[in-house]
Amino acid sequence: MAAVALHRGTPRKTVIVAGIVAAWLLLWLLFRNLATLPLDASALTPLHRWVNDLNDAIGASRNTNPLFLYFFNEIRLVIDELVTFIQALIAQSGFGRPVPVIGWLGVVALAGYVSLAIAGWRQALLAVAGFTFLGLQGLWAESMDTLSLTLAAVLISLLFGIPLGIWAGLNDRVNRIITPALDFMQTMPTFVYLAPLTLFFLIGPASATIATLIYAAPPAIRITAHAIRSVPHETVEASESLGATTKQTLTKVLLPSARGTIVLGINQTIMAALSMVTIAALIDAPGLGKTVVKALQTLDVGTAFNAGLAIVVLAIVLDRVTTAAAARRATASRPVLIGGGVATLVAIYFSYTYLWAAEFPSEAEIGSSIRRGTTAATEWVQDNLPVITGGFKDFTTTVFINPLQALLSESPWWLVAAVVVALSFVIGGVRSAVTSAVCLGLLVATGLWQDSMITLAATLVATVLVMVLGVVFGVWMGRSRRADRIIRPVLDAGQVMPAFVYLVPFLALFAASRFTAIIAAVVFAAPVAIKIIADGVHNVSPTTVEAATALGSSGWQTITKVQLPMARRALTLAANQGLIYVLSMVVVGGLVGAGALGYDVVAGFSQGQLYGKGLAAGVAIVVLGVMLDRLTQAAAKRWDQQEVRSGKA
Amino acid sequence: MDPVISVRDLWKVFGSKAADVVRSDELRGLSRNELRDRTGAVAAVRGVGFDVAPGEMFVVMGLSGSGKSTLVRCLTRLVEPTAGEITIEGENVLKADQKRLRELRRNKFSMVFQHFGLLPHRTVIDNVGYGLEICGVQKAQRAQRSKEVIDLVGLTGNEKSYPDELSGGMQQRVGLARALAGDPDVLFFDEPFSALDPLIRRDMQNEVIRLHREVGKTMVFITHDLSEALKLGDRILIMRDGEVVQVGSGDELVGAPADDYVRDFVRDVPKSHVLTLKWIMRQPRPDDALDGPELGPDTVVREAVRSVLSADKPVKVVENGELLGVVADEEILGVVAGEA
Repeated sequence: MAAVALHRGTPRKTVIVAGIVAAWLLLWLLFRNLATLPLDASALTPLHRWVNDLNDAIGASRNTNPLFLYFFNEIRLVIDELVTFIQALIAQSGFGRPVPVIGWLGVVALAGYVSLAIAGWRQALLAVAGFTFLGLQGLWAESMDTLSLTLAAVLISLLFGIPLGIWAGLNDRVNRIITPALDFMQTMPTFVYLAPLTLFFLIGPASATIATLIYAAPPAIRITAHAIRSVPHETVEASESLGATTKQTLTKVLLPSARGTIVLGINQTIMAALSMVTIAALIDAPGLGKTVVKALQTLDVGTAFNAGLAIVVLAIVLDRVTTAAAARRATASRPVLIGGGVATLVAIYFSYTYLWAAEFPSEAEIGSSIRRGTTAATEWVQDNLPVITGGFKDFTTTVFINPLQALLSESPWWLVAAVVVALSFVIGGVRSAVTSAVCLGLLVATGLWQDSMITLAATLVATVLVMVLGVVFGVWMGRSRRADRIIRPVLDAGQVMPAFVYLVPFLALFAASRFTAIIAAVVFAAPVAIKIIADGVHNVSPTTVEAATALGSSGWQTITKVQLPMARRALTLAANQGLIYVLSMVVVGGLVGAGALGYDVVAGFSQGQLYGKGLAAGVAIVVLGVMLDRLTQAAAKRWDQQEVRSGKA
Repeated sequence: MDPVISVRDLWKVFGSKAADVVRSDELRGLSRNELRDRTGAVAAVRGVGFDVAPGEMFVVMGLSGSGKSTLVRCLTRLVEPTAGEITIEGENVLKADQKRLRELRRNKFSMVFQHFGLLPHRTVIDNVGYGLEICGVQKAQRAQRSKEVIDLVGLTGNEKSYPDELSGGMQQRVGLARALAGDPDVLFFDEPFSALDPLIRRDMQNEVIRLHREVGKTMVFITHDLSEALKLGDRILIMRDGEVVQVGSGDELVGAPADDYVRDFVRDVPKSHVLTLKWIMRQPRPDDALDGPELGPDTVVREAVRSVLSADKPVKVVENGELLGVVADEEILGVVAGEA
């Protein structure tokens, strides 16, 4: 936080901030370890117990309370039905059959055929190869469970999302109303609403699907609205001027013109759904996520890697196919489609009738080799490269993480609160100070103050690392087209991967620790920051850069005096987004030894008596997020105004 | 002959207090800036009135922000006028309900847009046939009519192309064909060529002149380019801050500018290309020999230069056998030298 403010304030402000920090350090020495509000891992506050009781009460009234009988339970049943139906089709035994209706051969053929029809033969080949690989990994059933949940969530998301998006695209007022709601749905760390959802929809597929919906529907709504809005006004006018009715303009002009973008929105929804479905393993959603979570909890890197790889393969196939579909104008020729359709039907029939086409043959399995190979490689790295892995880890931990954590978590709570409020006031004025004060009060109320401070320390370290990476790579990409061409696809690929997957390699390299969690969060958040900064630097007017070069600026001078200052909006946005992304990884980090709030949330899912505490920890993460988000935005605004004023002077 | 389009006291005011503005004589009288400062409303079109004759090419010219695009959108009610009267072929357009308005748009008038407004997901022939499609014309008939207008605008052979495969000039030909497909009586052009390169713009201007001659439709053409206005327009309306400054033919604007604004505008126009002999002729003096060659009063100066300079006597300007005046070397040179 302070880093952002210090970065480019007026000199007077910088002095004030430095003064506050100095005072903090001094008082920290005096009052160290006093009033730090610690709470043992198994200890509970009255609030946590009250939430536990509430949970029990709700559980007891689930079959008597009309709100449950006629509302929540109905929703749960409908969604459960849908999920069970899709699972029975492709993933689980159902309809009185010991195997799914469509076996692996049918699913592979269907995936290939759909890809062929909407995206072309290259994507069809990719889909066939990818799905077959899932079977070879020995994870066919798990993969299909994940796919079923994803499909169910995507179907429901699109059912509501596309019409809502069209409405918002046509109507300014609707757009104004839903935009903040969507912002909220998207910025809230995902697993925070997992726990409250289980209160109402029980642990299982229904809660998982609803959580996924909340996370995955916003992109579809937002991008559809945006697509409708970005159809050139003149094109709409042209249609109107020819006497088209509103409906004709919508169906013949707006929707077809927006089609490509809407499909991109569907792509985002699918990717978000996939990533959330894996995280929903925390509340017992079936599928690959569960395999990963179990493996992470037992530190079985080989199994985690194999299942993580399956998630990656699934993500790549879904992403490539839908991206290609968005870019395409014409579909495959009619004879090809008919021929492919017949072949697919035959494959589905085989997979319905014969066991060899229904269950993936286990002789062809290579998953166990992947698991063994990974485990061996991990052991080798840990045995032979401890200087690099361990050294890097220890250095970062002792130089960055420990001091900051000590400062935050060993200061009296009132001292930290005073410092944060003071800094907020300096950065964003009275409003920011009030917001921060309220958030800090809520943190104290959750009973998890010290855990919050430990998490805050990790978050700040991770965010600083994200910004360092963001500036280095962002400037490089912004200045060099070639660098952009090479790095951007890697970042894109990184962003579609479900958050869990990042943990696996770092767990292999660094074992379970705070550091592993931080690095995973950095890797998760860096692509966003890098892209934002790269675009910001790239969008600096080339004329201005040319003028600077013509005046004899060195490359370094051009970067520091022209490109970065002019891209300052991108920098603040990157810091803001970086923070949010890092925070959203806190819980996932809790699985690999991050401790503190992340651990509290994870433990809350698995142990009944810690339920209330986990919920409180989730709230604490949100409160931290809100506070940091408001503060960075206030800083960004201040900074902008300052530049405008000094520009005018 | 009755005018095809007749516009009276047309107002378009943007802002929440728009209706109050046009009701109050005091507010109507304010300049644009004063009005904005007092009420927050922006008057884009202020009390505009004009008539367009059948088959006329009527040009509305003004700089950006003069309200000309809003004006043309008011005529088709793409922008709803705040007050005034618009009559097209005897029918009050502002009284039409949505259904009647759609019928008018489908049959009576159509529009060509600055940035073409084509549908990127449709081929040329489907873009051209769009207007017919929404009227419910059958596919075969649609294709036949589309093909005709595609040939008419010189796009033969590009029927199956998509808009993004065509150059800007060709895209605007598609826009033109689309507007012509429904065989409307009136065509509106909203700065159709400002997004094009100069050379292509010249081609397209000639194309419009040719079409105007061939199909004989009434056209209202919006532009910010004076030379385009002079080249195309039978008559030109000059707009400034939402108001009409002057309406007249090209030579009237150059020969008798209504005020300093118009004078400043036409200052750099090569006068010999626009002015006709009636603007420069003088009454014969007693010593003039009146047996020289004869020319009409609407002969453009540029075309008269050779005859006047080569004759050793003043040229007589004669209309219907009546002597209107004479033009000698000094008048011609006055115009030509004034340009240098």
